Order: sequence, then structure tokens, then C-alpha cells
Amino acid sequence: MGIPSHLSAGDIEEFGREMDAIRNEVMDSRGDRDRAYILRVIRWQRSLALGGRIVMFISLLALPLSGLPYAGWPQFLVVLALGSIMLGIAKIIENMEIGHNVMHAQWDWMRDPNIQSNTWEWDNVCPSDQWKHSHNVVHHTWTNVIGKDPDIGYGVLRVTPVQHWRPKFLAQPLINFFLNILFQWGVAIHDLEVDKILEGEKSLASVRPMLRRIVWKASRQLLKDYVLWPALGALLTLPAALVLQVNPAAVALAAFLLVAGGNMFANLMRNVWSNVIIFCGHFPSGVHHFSKQDVEGETRARWYIRQLLGSANIGGGKLFHVLSGNLSHQIEHHLFPDMPSNRYPEVAPRVRALAARYRLPYNTASLTRQFGSTTWTIWRLAFPGGRIKAATA
Amino acid sequence: MQPVDNPSWLTRLGDAFAWPLRTSHYLELVNPLWTTHALQARVEKVWDETADARTITLRPGRNWRSHRPGQHLRIGVPIGGMHYTRTYSISSAPEASDELITITVKAITGGRMSHHLVRNIKPGDHLPIGVPQGDFYLPDANPVQPLFISAGSGITPIISMLRSLVAQERLPDVVHLHYAPHAYDVIFGNELRALAARHPQYRLHLLYTREPGAAPTAAAAGRRHFSAEQLGEVCPDWRDRDVFACGPQGLLDALESHWDRAGLSRQLHSERFRAQVAATPAQVSSGTVRFARSGVVASSDGVVNLLRLAEDHGLNPAHGCRMGICHGCDAVLKSGCVRDLRTNAMLNEADQIVQICVCAAAGDAELEL
Repeated sequence: MGIPSHLSAGDIEEFGREMDAIRNEVMDSRGDRDRAYILRVIRWQRSLALGGRIVMFISLLALPLSGLPYAGWPQFLVVLALGSIMLGIAKIIENMEIGHNVMHAQWDWMRDPNIQSNTWEWDNVCPSDQWKHSHNVVHHTWTNVIGKDPDIGYGVLRVTPVQHWRPKFLAQPLINFFLNILFQWGVAIHDLEVDKILEGEKSLASVRPMLRRIVWKASRQLLKDYVLWPALGALLTLPAALVLQVNPAAVALAAFLLVAGGNMFANLMRNVWSNVIIFCGHFPSGVHHFSKQDVEGETRARWYIRQLLGSANIGGGKLFHVLSGNLSHQIEHHLFPDMPSNRYPEVAPRVRALAARYRLPYNTASLTRQFGSTTWTIWRLAFPGGRIKAATA
Repeated sequence: MQPVDNPSWLTRLGDAFAWPLRTSHYLELVNPLWTTHALQARVEKVWDETADARTITLRPGRNWRSHRPGQHLRIGVPIGGMHYTRTYSISSAPEASDELITITVKAITGGRMSHHLVRNIKPGDHLPIGVPQGDFYLPDANPVQPLFISAGSGITPIISMLRSLVAQERLPDVVHLHYAPHAYDVIFGNELRALAARHPQYRLHLLYTREPGAAPTAAAAGRRHFSAEQLGEVCPDWRDRDVFACGPQGLLDALESHWDRAGLSRQLHSERFRAQVAATPAQVSSGTVRFARSGVVASSDGVVNLLRLAEDHGLNPAHGCRMGICHGCDAVLKSGCVRDLRTNAMLNEADQIVQICVCAAAGDAELEL
């Protein structure tokens, strides 16, 4: 694996210069339209989140327990699901196109005091400061370097045959499933490096301050989605229950549980979706991995090549790219992590052409294909062995 | 721009619903003036005072507090997607009953922000603002006999003081020296002349520095600008007065040395606006870097990155990748100029965030570290 041998040191540096030229050209042209884009996305996302919660409340009017003439389970569930899906999409956009990218400092250049990487907090149980460390500092600097990048299997999965097989990996199809549905919790504890704690490399006491912060963040997230909004929904049903002379306690309890359930579905949507997109960024077949020797004395140009070979793109339409936080352009994101995400679609063809000229692989395929090969890899590598299938140009 | 501390329990409960945002972020969707997380103002009216000066009437949002006449506010404008902050004196009196404030901006040659405000801002725009600041205002308690000295757009804090004194019906004995290039360049010229006609205790002296006709020799120009003789002529009792002055650097320097020589510098109050943009050196140049929070001063060769420079001088700033990817070392540039070592771009806007691992000082710079 490592850096392809068909390129001379001079070729590599020239490749780096061309990549820098693309970066500088785009970064110099940032302006009003980029600002308008992120402000529009933020406005839409907030409206969608609030709208989803309101639609969920409106669904309570069709709650069968109320005895209203038009009430009934099918109409109730359809409206509740609509509200829940709206909230789920809002959470996806908030975490991916807004949160992830703002915390990458993609929008710091605007100097807008309300959109800054160092003050942004996202709608996720992972505290933003810990995420910025594990993601921006560790993962983006050491992308796919075995023993350095904790995102290679997140310490629990074997995603490349280069990782030594151990019996614990037999459980990885099951672990993968739970990581998928509980993804935000996995992200939350990622920076603690639980695997190192279990193996005794790191003491529990050393992570206690981080743990306290995770509890602080998670409790606010849980309070909002599973106590406050459901309680408000329950409260809103009370006047109607009194007027209609139905058991107010039963209606309120039902409303509380159903709104909480709707919120849980929204969080589940976000977990599953972000997990799928992020796994497709580095785990599909053909992605390269590197050894510590590969990155010794690494130049900026070699770093670019490692990012290109270590990432994979997903093809799709405009809406798909926004919903994936433009991480469907994982290659471009890894080459230029602080470039505004709305510019990735326009640099992607240039990066692809540049890779082709230097006969370097550019790993892109449909979501089905990338997710299929990712899932296959995880199932196959639960067992010993496995073949390295590095893509070539 | 300033967040509000000590919210009530109701606000805190509401904010728990909106976590990790605040209720205010959702109110902003409806009306930006209702926000409490950031103070904003809506442009209500624009009015051209002269060919290059425009008065902008603003309706500040909730959380605005009334200013003292003479104070200024910070105002932010996005130009080319980038947020610039400048300070402008408030020209309206706090006694105005319409809850509106005005600022008067003169387009400065090469001034990006002033040009934008004078040419492009239109009613209905929303601009982030700060609360009133500054200690340039008339004392409330003991009435003073002011001598106002202003030049150009330096009239703005002075007109606020005058308007306020008139509104309170306690205009004292005032002498006012105002410098402008030509008669038609006097911002608020009609209002000042009307004020002088109506109130005999207000004595206005308009001095034109570039009035056509007279030979534009150095000596002639010297007579037109501030001088001790000129002051003695128009205001013989200047030693007994409290002076409030606002204008360009040159005028304020001249006033300061004059009152200093007279041993009366306590009586001189002047409003200076710190330069927000540092000069950019043409090539790599050495300089002094001040780390403001730690008080450490280091000399830079203009090549070494600021993170390394800080570490070499015993500081330990937060950092991550050391190659400009992670933004873990971002720090605020207080003043001066730095160079991005990757692109050679010069960054010289005060209060902007710079990545210290890939920037070197370009000349002198001050960092919040």
C-alpha cells in the first residue's frame, strides 16, 4: 500500500503544486454567494426543525383517544411520521452540512461571530470540543495511517486486512449494527479511546473530565428530546381533554410517549444516515491504508496523495450532497478540509482530472455500491485473513 | 454582538427547548430585531448629507440601551461575504422619542466599509451592532462651558451633544470651531447655522480649509488649519473651557500638543478611532510580535511561524496538526499584519482569526495569546 511507486518525488511535488493551485483559486473566490448559501441552509434547517416539532404536535389532534370525529390511528401516524421525518432531516442537515463543516472552520473566513468553529455547538450528544480533537486534529492529520488514525474501525471494527485479526472481531457484524443505530453515542465516546482504556493503556481517571463533559452535553440533549418537548405536547392536550371529557391523564401520557417516540425516530434517522455516509467515506473496497513509515517526513504533496487514496466519494444528486453534508465528496473534503462545502461539487471534476493525469485512483461509486462493499468488508474481516484490494487508476 | 448574561428562569427554560441554540435563534427567523443572542439593527432610512456623507437611520433591536451623547457603537457589515466591524459615533440625541438612532458615515478614499455604507446600504437591511461605548461625552452633573472643535465627519459626536443639550433646554455658552474643505462639505451645515441663529449663546465658527479663490500655498493652508493664533482670535477664553474634539489624527495631535504646552491637557477630551487596518509591508519583513494576554514580546524575522515563535518564547498555545488543517491553534489578531505562509496572503484586519501555525508576522503584530 502506501504511496504509489510509479510517481517520482518530483512528480509528487508537482502534483502537490497543482492541488495547491486549485485550493488557492477557490479560497480566493469565496464571497457573497457562499455566505448567502450557508445562511440559507441555516435558515431552512432551523425552520424545518421547528416545523417538524409543530407538525408532531398537530398530529396529536388526530389522536384516537381524543374522540374527535376525524381522529384515527392511520391519519395520526401519518402526520406524526411526517413531523418526525422533518425533524430527522433537520437533524441530519444540522449535524452534517452545518455542524461538521462549521466546526471544520469552513466558514470562519466570514468572521461572522455567530458562525465560528470555536464557539459552535451541534445537536448531537458529542461535545463539539472533543469531536474537533478526535476528528479535525487526529483523523484529518493521520488519515488512514495504521496505529495513528483511530477512525480506522473506530477501535472496534476491523476494516482492513492490515489490522491484525483477533477473536473479538467475530462480533463485529453485530457491533456494526449497534454502532449504526446508536451512532451519535459512538461519536460521543470516540475521543475517550475506550479500547485503550479496556486494554489498560489509558486510565479511567485520565478521561474523567471528558466523561463529565459528555454527561453534561448528553443530559441536555436527552432533556430536550425526551422530556421537554414531549411534556409540552402532553400539556397542550390537557385543555382539549377537559373540553372533550376524556381521561386527561391517559391522553397526556399517550401524547408524551408518542412525541418522545417521534423524536427518537428522528434521532435514529440521523444516526443511521450519518453512519452510512461516514462509513462510505473511508471503508469501501479500494481505499488505501498507510504505515507509520509511509508518513515519516511527509511533505504537503504526499499528504495530499494520502488523502486522495484514503478517501472515497459517493455519487448522487444535489439534494443528496446537501443531506450528506457534502461528505459524498469525501476526497475533496479530505484534500481541503476547511474549504466551504458548497464548493466541493465544483472542484470534484478538477481533482478527478488531476488524479487521472497522474494515474492515481479516484474512488467514486454509487451509494449502493460503496455501502455494499463497506458492509461486505466488515462481514468478511470479522474472520481471519482477507485480501487487500487497493484501487488503481 | 454582545450576548446577554443572567437570563431569567423563563428564558433558560425556553433555551433548554432550543438547545444547543437559544430561543432567540428561532425568533430571528421571524424578526432579526427580536434576538437576544446578537444585537441587530434594521436600516430605516438613508439620507445624503453631502456628496460623500450619508446619514443612516437605524432601528436597534431588543437589548439596545440608550446612549450618552458623544458615544459610539460598533457596526458590522458583510462585504464580499466577509464581516467587517467599524466604529461610528452616534449622531442622534438620546432624547429622540422614535427609538431610532442615526450614524453619519463619510466615504473615505480607499475605505472599504465606509464606501459600502455610503453607497450600498438600503432600507430594510439588517446589520449587527454593538451597544453604545466610549467615554467621550459631556458630564451630566456640573454644567461646563464647552469648546467644541471638530473637522469633517468628526462633527458626529458633537452634533449628538448639541442636539441633546437643545432637547434638554440647557444649552450653555458654547464655542464651536468646525473645519471642512468647502462650505458645501459641512455635514449638518444647515442645522448648525440654524442653531447659531436661534441660540445666541452658541457661537459657530466654520473654517474652510480648501475654499477656492485663495492661493493654495503652504502658508495659506497653514492659516486655514488649526493654529494657536486662530484659536486666540475666535475663542479668547479657551483656557477656561472644557474642550471636546473629534477629527482626523493631524488635528487631534495639534490640539494635544497645544493644550499640553498650556499645561491644560486635563481639559482636553478627544475622540480618536483606532486604525482597524494595519499597513501591509511589500515583502517579508521582520518586526515585533506582542502576545497580549501573556505580555510576552518577541522579535520575528518575518519567516518563522507564530506558533513556533510563541513556543520559543516560553508560551504553550493550544494547537493540533501544525500544518493548517485542524484550526486548533486559531488566535485573534489584535492589531498589525501577518502573512499566510501557504499563500503569501496578508491578513491585516484587527480582531480577525488567524491560524498561527501557518502564519508569520509581517512587520509588527499583536496577538491575543
